[in-house]
Amino acid sequence: MRKLSKISKQASDELDLIPAESCASSVDGQACPITSAALVEESANKEEKDLSRRRFLGMFGAVAGATAVLGTGIELLSYRAYAQSLPKTNNWTGNSGMTGSGAADMASTVAPPTHQWAMVIDLSMCNGCGSCTAACQKAHYLTPDQTWMKVFTLTNSVGQTYHLPRPCMQCENPPCLHVCPVHATFRQDQGVVLVNQDRCIGCRMCMAACPYEARYFNWNSDVKYPPIPVEATPEFPVPQRLGTVGKCTFCVGNLNHGLLSECAAGCSMGAIYNGDLKTDVAVNGMGTTVKLSKFLYEKNAVTYKPEQNTHPRVWYILGAGQDLSADASAAKS
Amino acid sequence: MKETDMNENVLLDENGHRAAQQAWAADVRRAALKPTIGRTSVAWRLSVTVLGLIVLAGIGAWIYQLKYGLGAAGYNDQAFWAVYIVDVVAFIGVSYGGAVISAVLRLTGQSWRAPLTRLAEGTALVTVIIGALFIFPHLGRPERFWEIPIFVNTSSPLFWDFMAISTYVLATVIFFYLPLIPDMAIVNKTLGRADRPVLYKIYKVLSLKWMGSERQRRMLHSVLTLISLIIIPLAVSVHSVLSWAFATTSRPGWMETVFPPYFVIAALYSGTALVIVVASAFRKGYHLERFITKRHFVRLGYIMAALGLVYAYLTIADLMSEGYTGITSGWIRETISGRYAIPFWFYVLAGEVLPIALVAVKKTRNIKGMTVASIGVVIALWIKRIVIVLPPVTQPLIGSYWGTYHFTWVSITITLAGVAAIPLGLMLLFRVLPVLSIEEMEEMGELGSVEQVSRETLEAQKHLPAFAYANGNGNGHVNGNGVGMPEKEVQL
Repeated sequence: MRKLSKISKQASDELDLIPAESCASSVDGQACPITSAALVEESANKEEKDLSRRRFLGMFGAVAGATAVLGTGIELLSYRAYAQSLPKTNNWTGNSGMTGSGAADMASTVAPPTHQWAMVIDLSMCNGCGSCTAACQKAHYLTPDQTWMKVFTLTNSVGQTYHLPRPCMQCENPPCLHVCPVHATFRQDQGVVLVNQDRCIGCRMCMAACPYEARYFNWNSDVKYPPIPVEATPEFPVPQRLGTVGKCTFCVGNLNHGLLSECAAGCSMGAIYNGDLKTDVAVNGMGTTVKLSKFLYEKNAVTYKPEQNTHPRVWYILGAGQDLSADASAAKS
Repeated sequence: MKETDMNENVLLDENGHRAAQQAWAADVRRAALKPTIGRTSVAWRLSVTVLGLIVLAGIGAWIYQLKYGLGAAGYNDQAFWAVYIVDVVAFIGVSYGGAVISAVLRLTGQSWRAPLTRLAEGTALVTVIIGALFIFPHLGRPERFWEIPIFVNTSSPLFWDFMAISTYVLATVIFFYLPLIPDMAIVNKTLGRADRPVLYKIYKVLSLKWMGSERQRRMLHSVLTLISLIIIPLAVSVHSVLSWAFATTSRPGWMETVFPPYFVIAALYSGTALVIVVASAFRKGYHLERFITKRHFVRLGYIMAALGLVYAYLTIADLMSEGYTGITSGWIRETISGRYAIPFWFYVLAGEVLPIALVAVKKTRNIKGMTVASIGVVIALWIKRIVIVLPPVTQPLIGSYWGTYHFTWVSITITLAGVAAIPLGLMLLFRVLPVLSIEEMEEMGELGSVEQVSRETLEAQKHLPAFAYANGNGNGHVNGNGVGMPEKEVQL
C-alpha cells in the first residue's frame, strides 16, 4: 500500500500543473487518468482507515479514464464512419427521403457537386446483343457470371419477347445501403452508389435487399487479373477482393473524365445514354446528344419497380411491346 | 425452488423420510458425479475422438473455403444465402428450446424438471455457441467481423442480429452458471484437493463461497427467477430479430409479417425436440435411467407436440394468403409442387405428421417413441429452414430463371462438424461439471423427480391436495449446507 501511495504521489508531482477540476470536465482521453492519480494521491494522504476508500477512488479513476479513452476512440471511429455514410444527395428531385439533417448543414458549407449521373436505356433500340455486358466485363475483369450489366430476355403481356439491360439503378433510396452493417456501401456526392471492398465483410445482406439483383459476389479465388498499375478504388474496384460484393459503378471514373460508361460506349444500337441531371444532358454511344429532361418527358420514360420506393436514377424508354411489369407473369409460366 | 409453506407435510414418518431422502441424495450424487470425477470409459473416449475428428474435418473444410472462396461451398449469385445461414438459425433455434424449457419449468415450479434442467441448459449453452460460430463460415470476410461493432450502422438488421445474439449468448452463459453455483461447492468438496488441483481451484472460485445458508439460497432463488424471466423475452427478441434479417428485405417469401413468431415457434419446437434427444442419449450413456424416466419424455413430448401444431398453423398461415391470391407465388408453387417439394413434404411428414402421431398414439408414447419423434423433428426443422431460405433466394426477381444451390463436400462437412460439436461439447462439459443439477434434485427430493413412489407417499397423497405433490414434498434439503456428503459414498 505504501508503494502505491508513493507511486501515486510521484505521479501527482509530475502532473502537478494540471488541476483536477479542469481534468474532470475534459473529455480528452489522455487527461483523465490524471484525475484518478490526483484522487488516489489525495486519499493516500489519509491514514490506513481510508484504505478501502482510496482503493475505490483509484479504481473509479481508472475506470473513468478507461471509459474516456474508449469513448473517445469509439466516437472518433464512428464519426469517421458516420461522415462516410452521410447522404450527400443534392435534392434535385425534391425527394428528401435520403436527406438527413446533416446534409442540410453540409449544403451551406460544401460546394454542390457539378454532376448528378443518370442513365437512360431506350428499350425500343435494344436488340439484346449483349455487347454492353461484354464491354463491362472486359473493362472490369469480371467472371462470366458477374454480369454487372445484364441483359434479361423477358416476355410481355401478349407473349412477345423483348430485352431489358439492367445496370445498377443507382437508387436515391438504396436498400443495399441501409442494410449494410459496416457502411461498406455508400453513396457518393454525384449520386452513385459504390462499394468499399476493403470494408465489406461479405455478409451479402445487400444482395438480399436489392430488388434488381444488381449485386454480384466474388465467390471464387481462381480469377486471374493482369498487373494493374493503380490501386483498386470503389470507383474502379479492380482487382476485386475475394469474399466481397461488387456491382455496377456507372463507370463513374469514365464519366468524370468526359468518357462514356463502358456499356454505353459498347452499345452498337445506341440504346444506352449516360446522363447528367445537373447539366440536363444525355449522350449515347452513337454520339446522339439530347436534353435529358425533355427526352425523358417526351418519351414517357419510366423507372423500374417504382413500387419498391427506391427512386432509381436509371430510366427506361418503352417502345412498342416493352412492358416492364410483365416479368412477373413470365416468372409464373 | 423451495416451498417453505409446505413444511407442515408431516404425514410421513420423520425418521423414515429422512433416511429415504439421504439414500436418494447419495444416488443423485453418485450418478451426477461419476462422469465428472470418475474414470472415463472406453466408449466415452472413443466417442470424443470420433466427434473431435469430425469437428476437425469441419475446421479443415472451413480453411479450404477461406482459401478458395464461398464458391467452394456451392454458393452463387442466385443462391447467395444458403446452408450456413440455415445453420445459424437452426443452431441458435435449438438453443432457445433448451433455455426456455428450463426457464418456463422453473418459473412454473414444475418439480419434475429437476433431472432435466442441467441437460437442457447445457444444450442451450453449447448450441448457442455453435450457432453463433456459424456466422463465420457464412461471411465472405470473417476476419473483418470486428467491424460490425466498430462501424456501427444501426439501420442494418444485421447489426441488431449481432446485438441480439451476443446478448443472448451472455444470458445463456449466466443462465447455465447460476444453478451451477451450489453444485460447484458440492463437486469441490467431493473432489478433494489432491485429485485434480487445478480443477479444485476452479470449482472453488466458481462456487462463490457457497455455504448453502438460508440467505444464499434466497438470493440464488430470486436471481434464478429473474434470469428465467429475462431469458424468455430475450430469446423471443433474438429469433424475431433473426427473422427480420430476412423479413426486412423486399423479397417475396421473406417479407412476411408472420416471420417473427414463425421463427420463435420453430426455435422452441426444434429446441424441445433436441432436449428430448439429448436427454435420451445421456440417459443411456450416463446411466441416468433412474432419474430421467418415461414421465419426463412423455411430458416433453406433449410440449413438443403442442408446439408442432402451432408451427404447422404458422406454416399454413405463411403460405395461405399469397398462395391463394397468386401474387408473387412463384416461391410457393416451387415449395409445394416444384423444385423444393421433396424437402417441404419431408418436413410435413417427419416434422409434423410423424411426431404428432407418435405422441397421439398411446402405444408409442414412450421413451423410444418420443426419441424417434424428436429426431424426426430436429432433422425436419433443419430442412424446413432450407425451404424457408432457398426458394426466396433462388427465385428470379427479374425474368424467369431460377437459381440453384448445390451442396458441396465443404458445406456438408462444416455442417456435420456443427452437429458433431453438440454431443462433443456436452460430453466435455459434463466431464468437468455434474450432468444433473444435484442441488435442485435434492431440493425437489425423490418425489418430485421419479416415478416410483413409496407406499408411504402414496398413502400420503390421498390426504393432500394434488398441488402439494406437484411441488415436491416440501421438506427441502437433506442437509442444510448441501455439501456434507461423505466422500466415500462417491468414490467410484
